[in-house]
Amino acid sequence: MIEVTSLVKTFSDRHSDRVKAVDHVSFKIEEGRFYTLLGPSGCGKTTTLRCIAGLEKPDSGEVEVAGTMVYSSTTGAFVPAYRRAIGMVFQSYAIWPHLTVFENVAFPLRVGKQRYSAEEMRRKVQNALELVELGGLESRMATQLSGGQQQRLALARALVREPQVLLLDEPLSNLDAKLRERMRVELRELQRRLRITTLYVTHDQIEALSMSNVIAVMSAGVIVQEGPPREIYMHPKTQFVAQFIGSTNQLAGRMRGLQGEGACQVETDVGKLSCGMAKDIPVGSEVVVVVRPENVILHTGKPSGVENVVEGKVTTVMFLGEYLDCTIELGRNVVRTHQPHSLQLRRGDAVWVELPSSGCLALSAEELPIAGGIQPDTSDTKNPRLQPD
Amino acid sequence: MRDPALLIPLVGAALLIYLAVLPLFVLVLGSFQVEVAPRQFALTLQNYLAAYASPYTYSTFRNSLVFASGSALLAFALGTTLAWLVERTNTPLRLVFIPIAVVPLILPGVLESIAWIFLLSPKFGYLNVALMSLLGLESAPFNVFSIGGMIWVQAVGQVPLAFLMMVAAFKSMDPSLEESAMMSGAGTWQTLRRVTLRLLMPTSASVLLILLVRSLEAFEIPALIGIPARIFVYTSEIFLAYNEYPPDYGRGAALAIGLLLLSAAGVWLYTRGTRESERFQTVTGKAFRPRQFDLGLWRWAGFGFLALYFVVVVLLPFLVLLWASFLPFFATPNLQALKLLSFDNYNYLFQFAPFSGAMKNSIILAFLSGSVAMLLTSLIAWIVYKSHLPGAWALDFLAFLPVAVPGIVLGMALILLYVAFPLPIYGTIWLLLIAYVTKYLPYGMRAASGSIIQVHRELEEAAAASGASWWQTFKRVTLPLLRPGFVAGWIYIFIVSFREFSTSILLATGESRVLSILLFTMFEQGQVTVVAAIGVVMILTLLTIVAVFYKVSGRVGIQP
Repeated sequence: MIEVTSLVKTFSDRHSDRVKAVDHVSFKIEEGRFYTLLGPSGCGKTTTLRCIAGLEKPDSGEVEVAGTMVYSSTTGAFVPAYRRAIGMVFQSYAIWPHLTVFENVAFPLRVGKQRYSAEEMRRKVQNALELVELGGLESRMATQLSGGQQQRLALARALVREPQVLLLDEPLSNLDAKLRERMRVELRELQRRLRITTLYVTHDQIEALSMSNVIAVMSAGVIVQEGPPREIYMHPKTQFVAQFIGSTNQLAGRMRGLQGEGACQVETDVGKLSCGMAKDIPVGSEVVVVVRPENVILHTGKPSGVENVVEGKVTTVMFLGEYLDCTIELGRNVVRTHQPHSLQLRRGDAVWVELPSSGCLALSAEELPIAGGIQPDTSDTKNPRLQPD
Repeated sequence: MRDPALLIPLVGAALLIYLAVLPLFVLVLGSFQVEVAPRQFALTLQNYLAAYASPYTYSTFRNSLVFASGSALLAFALGTTLAWLVERTNTPLRLVFIPIAVVPLILPGVLESIAWIFLLSPKFGYLNVALMSLLGLESAPFNVFSIGGMIWVQAVGQVPLAFLMMVAAFKSMDPSLEESAMMSGAGTWQTLRRVTLRLLMPTSASVLLILLVRSLEAFEIPALIGIPARIFVYTSEIFLAYNEYPPDYGRGAALAIGLLLLSAAGVWLYTRGTRESERFQTVTGKAFRPRQFDLGLWRWAGFGFLALYFVVVVLLPFLVLLWASFLPFFATPNLQALKLLSFDNYNYLFQFAPFSGAMKNSIILAFLSGSVAMLLTSLIAWIVYKSHLPGAWALDFLAFLPVAVPGIVLGMALILLYVAFPLPIYGTIWLLLIAYVTKYLPYGMRAASGSIIQVHRELEEAAAASGASWWQTFKRVTLPLLRPGFVAGWIYIFIVSFREFSTSILLATGESRVLSILLFTMFEQGQVTVVAAIGVVMILTLLTIVAVFYKVSGRVGIQP
């Protein structure tokens, strides 16, 4: 169990101004859950994790790990990093190049307060290595391992002490795409099997969506939305979350009126649209209608009896194997859609675009921080090579 | 491009062979000959017998070994401690200390020795006198004229180098390697012992090796402290062979060959070692925010250490030189001595012809060797990295060769070469110029090749496509692009040439005397306070010229 209450951490930047890296962040990770902090670089997610690890000293707030108050600004408590019941995997793996595989894993047992017999130590290291499928490599030098193996080694080292919680700081970001996909599954399975409370930090939405029990999306030092992956994806509460998770089309407009429970009408450039709505937005205020590309339906002829239909012109058609990626010009707006490749479309064709109201969500327009990875084009889910970093 | 493409590399190779290989060849030859420039060549082993068959030589070797390893270890221990305190702990005021720790680099070895003699001489050394009256001691606690004193002075002179290299090592270490140790349950000291120091071991070995080689090659301290104390090391033995009457060039050459081999072995081990450790590195290419250890109350002990180092090693030598330069004779600082203070020494200097002559020589030589060496190495670096000629790497090797040649050995080799050589430059500053350019080729190469690698080939090809000849391209495109490296290398070579001692001692005579040699001879003659004044002028000149050059090069848009 990890509980963070009102955590604040500031850094002084080059001009010695104070920058709030973490700004009153609070969350609780229940026993055995997989919790992910997701956000663009510089959003404060890694700083939060390092405060929990004890590698940074927060300015104020409280951090409780496995029933122990490891930091509290009110009581002045601060348990140093090496006294916390935590296992951690670093982004660079931090495998010691001067030690063998065995000695890397045995290190936490050697430096701890508790003494182990040689036999016990060998058994524990063996178990940890087998857990990550590195059995038999004990006598290798750590630097002789491949990137993926080093990653597993770092995991074995973090687990060998049987810590109460596991902290993972972008552990997959240095792996190539194929390996990353496999490690996602393995890591998740391992966590579920051990039922170890896990805090995972990443900027990769796919990792967050596929592995977590709960995701907290962070931006500029605060948690903007917290919830299960499905909820985060389907019901983003803010424009930032909608933009950051998955690819999204956005149409600017003005709130016209409510249409019963959680539904509304928005006046946009392309006409009136019926939309869903997460929270009440005052009539007349500026909003953004977000639609996922996979929810957009294309008609080659004008459909009848459906709402939210707009006529447009096909501007690009890209064959991406699994599907067609089409962009459609709707007046001054451009909408991206994913279509089955059976669809015969060519550039310049006239089409009717249906934006089903169940797939449209009206959100208050906000000024977004300029950061990498929030443009819909670059966060394409199907093509990792397009991703930033 | 046709002619220069072949001609220029050939000229470069010829120059390098002339500068770096020919003297060594003559040295080897000379060590097997009965006399210098003999009328008929007759090979003999008698020089080697004279040099290596006497038990006396081996006592010298032992001294050399103790001196070199002792000072290397001490400098390494001091430098590493300072670097760790500054880079990795929360010691108060540690950031202020970084530039301060490098200040002693400006102090030439000759002046450093003199300053420490002023401080630690058993008869009149200020520190000794102060400690004796403070603690009520009967005899002086320190004696600089001992092997321990020599080790100390050599070590503190090397500390800035050790410090800089270890700071770089601490900086380039991924802090998560230490953080993961803490996350594994290791405290500050366990992390330091089990991870930090272990990871630094390959680098430490290289640093120790380079300190060892430099101390083995050093001649300033063996000359100024060792010879009066009658503690002779390898370098002073070569000097004495040359200095006795008549000079025993053969034995000197045979001794020089031995020192050359030792030094070359050290350099070879060093380059091999660094290549090994580079292969060993876990590079992540990330900008690190180094981890700071919380020393708790110990941080005040760390601060005390930094402060003590600053006062004793950085400040005192400068102060004692400054103080002595205003005295008519060496006197303990007290109220009576205050009345003696005057500018007499400085007034004397400005009418003292040998001083102005030596000053002129030193400045001309420093300017010329900086310029010639950088021009030459820029050319060589271009050939090595840009010409794509087969065998171009050999030029790189040739230009690197002098790094393994101790100063005094180079001096010996050049004497043997130019005593017999038809070029009448023996006894002129041109011989010194050749010596300095040769000696600093490796440093120039490093500066020049660092920036030439970054000049894209197409920039030069565009000039050729615009109708520029090879030389025009080199002058108008390549050279200006090399300017940052050129300026940095020039400043460095200027400074080290200006203070050069161990090669000049054999080559600079009469008309060609330079400042460091004038210092040495006047100190031997006992004009210690005039020597202090020369030292002060020397330091001020260095600082002024470096400052002016920085300013000028900054104005024309060069970032050294």
